Formats: sequence, C-alpha cells, structure tokens
Amino acid sequence: MLRKSRRMHPDTGAIMKEAARRVDLPTRRMFMQQAAGLGSLTLLSGCDVVDGVSAEKMLGSVSDFNDRVQVWLFDKNKLAREYPESAITRPFPFNAFYPVDKAPQVNAVEYRLDISGLAENKEPWTLERLHGLPRFTQITRHICIEGWSAIGKWSGVRFSEFLTRIGADLSAKYVTFRCDDNYITSIDMATALHPQTQLTLWFDDELLPRQYGFPVKLRVPTKLGFKNPKHIGEIEIGNDFNGGYWETYGYNWFSGL
Amino acid sequence: MTVSASNVALVPMRPAPLVHPLIVRLTHWINAAAIIVMIMSGLEIHNAYPTLPFKVPEIVTLGGWLGGATQWHFAAMWVLMTSGSIYVAHGLLSGRFRRKLWPISPRAVITDMVAAFSGRLSHQDLSVYNAVQRLLYSGVILAGFAAVLSGLAIWKPVQFRLLCSLFGDFDQARLIHFMAMSAVLSFLIVHVVMALLVPRSLLAMVRGR
Repeated sequence: MLRKSRRMHPDTGAIMKEAARRVDLPTRRMFMQQAAGLGSLTLLSGCDVVDGVSAEKMLGSVSDFNDRVQVWLFDKNKLAREYPESAITRPFPFNAFYPVDKAPQVNAVEYRLDISGLAENKEPWTLERLHGLPRFTQITRHICIEGWSAIGKWSGVRFSEFLTRIGADLSAKYVTFRCDDNYITSIDMATALHPQTQLTLWFDDELLPRQYGFPVKLRVPTKLGFKNPKHIGEIEIGNDFNGGYWETYGYNWFSGL
Repeated sequence: MTVSASNVALVPMRPAPLVHPLIVRLTHWINAAAIIVMIMSGLEIHNAYPTLPFKVPEIVTLGGWLGGATQWHFAAMWVLMTSGSIYVAHGLLSGRFRRKLWPISPRAVITDMVAAFSGRLSHQDLSVYNAVQRLLYSGVILAGFAAVLSGLAIWKPVQFRLLCSLFGDFDQARLIHFMAMSAVLSFLIVHVVMALLVPRSLLAMVRGR
C-alpha cells in the first residue's frame, strides 16, 4: 500500500503543488488574515502588503533569493560540529507531521529502496545489501526550524559513496527523497556530496528505530531537521526541482545551517 | 509694543538648524520598520518552541504561523542589514556618533535621570542629547549588534561555526538572540513614549529640524 503511494502520477505532483498553493488551508488562511491586517505596516514599508496574496508572492521571491544566497554561502569543506558521546540527548525527541503512533511500519524483508532518475544502476536495494555498505558514525546536532535542537548519534553510509555506487550523475542539480510516510523533500547536489551527509541505518548503535525513520533516513547536519527525511523509499537524481512537503507551505527550500 | 513687534519682523528669519540630516532620518525610519517586522515575526518563531517558558500573544506576532514568520524574518533581515549598515557607517564616518553620543559619564546619567523623572529635563536644544539619551542610543546600537551577530550564529551555525561557538553553542546563541531582542524591544517602548512626550523630537526626526 505504502509503496504505491510513494510516487504519484507525474502530473499529479505538479497539480497537487499548485493546489496546495491555492487551497485554503487553515495555516494559509491565517497567514492571509495576518497579512491583510497589516494596514499600519504599509505606512512604514511603503509596499502594498494589504493584499495578502501579493505579500505572499513578495515573501516567496525573497525566499527564492535566499536559496541562491545559501547556495553561494555553502562551503563543502565546512563541517558541522561533532560532539562526544556524553553530549547525546536522551531521549531524543520525536518529530513529524503526525503523532508517533502513526509512524509507518515498514517490513524489513519486503523493503526495497528504489532509485530513479539520472543513475546508471537503478536496481532496488534490499535492507540487507544497504547494511553491507561501509559505515561511519557521527554525533551531531539536529536543529529544528521550530528552534529546538538535540544531539544524536547516527551511523550509515556516506551519501556521496552511495551516489557513486549507483552511478548517479553527480553533476545533476537535485536529489529528491520520497518517503513511506508520504513525505517528500529535495536537496542540492553540493549538500548531497558533503562528507557528513549520510544515508542512515543505525541510531545510537541500534538498528534505526521506527520513530526515527526505519529503515532508512538521510542525516544532513548542514541543514535544518525537516531536510532530513525518514522512511526513505525512493531516491531520485535529477535536474527538475521537486521542492518538498513543508517547502510547499512556505519553509525555505535550501534551509542550510 | 507694536514697534518692537515690527522690529522682530525686520530681523531676517533664520531657519532652525538641521538636527538630523536626511540620511539619518531615512535610515532611522527604515531601520525602525525592519526592526518591528523582525521582532514581531521573531516572536512568532519563538512561539513555535518557546525559548523561555511562555508564549507571546498572537496579536503582537507576524506571519500567522512558523513558516510565514520565517519568511518575514528572513526578508526583513536584508532591509535591516542594508539600512542598518548605512546608518552605522554614516554615524561612525561622519563623527556623528562621537559628537552626539560621547562622552557618557555615570554622574551625568544619574543627574539627568533624576531630572527626567521630576519632569525638569530640558529638551530645548534637540541637537544635544542628554546623558540618558546618550546611554540609551549607544545601548540600543550595541544590543542591535548583539541581535544581528547572535542571529547570524543561529541562522548559519555551520557556515559561521566560529561565530556560533563564540556564543557558546546553538542553544545559548538562541537565548542570547532572544535577550538582545528583549533589550531592543525595551528601548523601543521607552523611546516611543519619550518621543510622544516631547513631540518636537519626533517632528525633528521627520523634518530634520
């Protein structure tokens, strides 16, 4: 069931995105009302923010500009700080767009990691094969857009190593992750190739638990938490911008740290 | 009586001296707008996961929710960076800061504070700041710097890793960011009240004299 929902009809994605942009979601509505109530601000800013839609457009284009600034600012040699074991946050907080009991239950034996897009070897990966890849461990700080942070210990394969093994086109622009909880996000290739970016299979020396993304998550210590997808079912390498779940609602796409 | 009145009329009208040059007035109001947007959207971001154990009423926040608030925050930051840099560069290079905000003696601050609370502080000459003004204006510039630097530290703790570690680490930098904002906000409230109590000073920041 979950496997099917991973990938929608090619056009559906675009339609859904457009729909999400227009649909009167509670948060979106709140945003509009807030923006509409800004009559007093027009005096100060000089631009017409009374019209909620135009305010949203203006903010959207600044967010796109901020993406470009962050691409420019990103230094592939700058490493996120690593911490000693004693600094690990226990228990590590669970966070998702659903409560913890709704986290997907993935069958370890039937699980396959699908590869699509610009890669030479698109053979799906079993969990066993993934576990056989060379691993490294990092103790880094996970920083949520909400403002909280927590230090965790993750182990898995260097994502650049994985991309090389599947013969991915490393000059492609984006890597998109489609997940078994219907989450989707995408990152830039430079970040995908960063030495700390990890296809994670273990958490705190144990098999990656369900609430933290079993069987496979992406750990990106150079990006905010929501850019660290869990329960990854499909990895797509390509030049088409796919955005992401939260990005559609207005979170900044690059969200680099 | 009428003679002396006509005598006055014969004296050529001298325009009041310019207290605030155009660049100061312009950047002052742009900074003010950007700071208000940053504080209001920042309070909405705070509410997503309160730094301190309380939430701020939605009425004083901006953005409607976390996503909208971050968009406002990271848009207004460019306005503040641009306008704020021009303001500070002008203040330093023109000697305005040195002339207007220096020196600040603790004794004069106390004297002027007492005078202010007893309603005897003179605002006759708007071009000269009293000691309390000097202290507050210098203080808010420093608090502004602290807010910007701690903000950069929590915006890019990896790219600006050294800066972030100067504040301790991410969580401490976030707390300092909140405290710096609180200092700026406290100033803002006092500043607005004082400006309304001495409307001529408010007018001077609009017209320049």
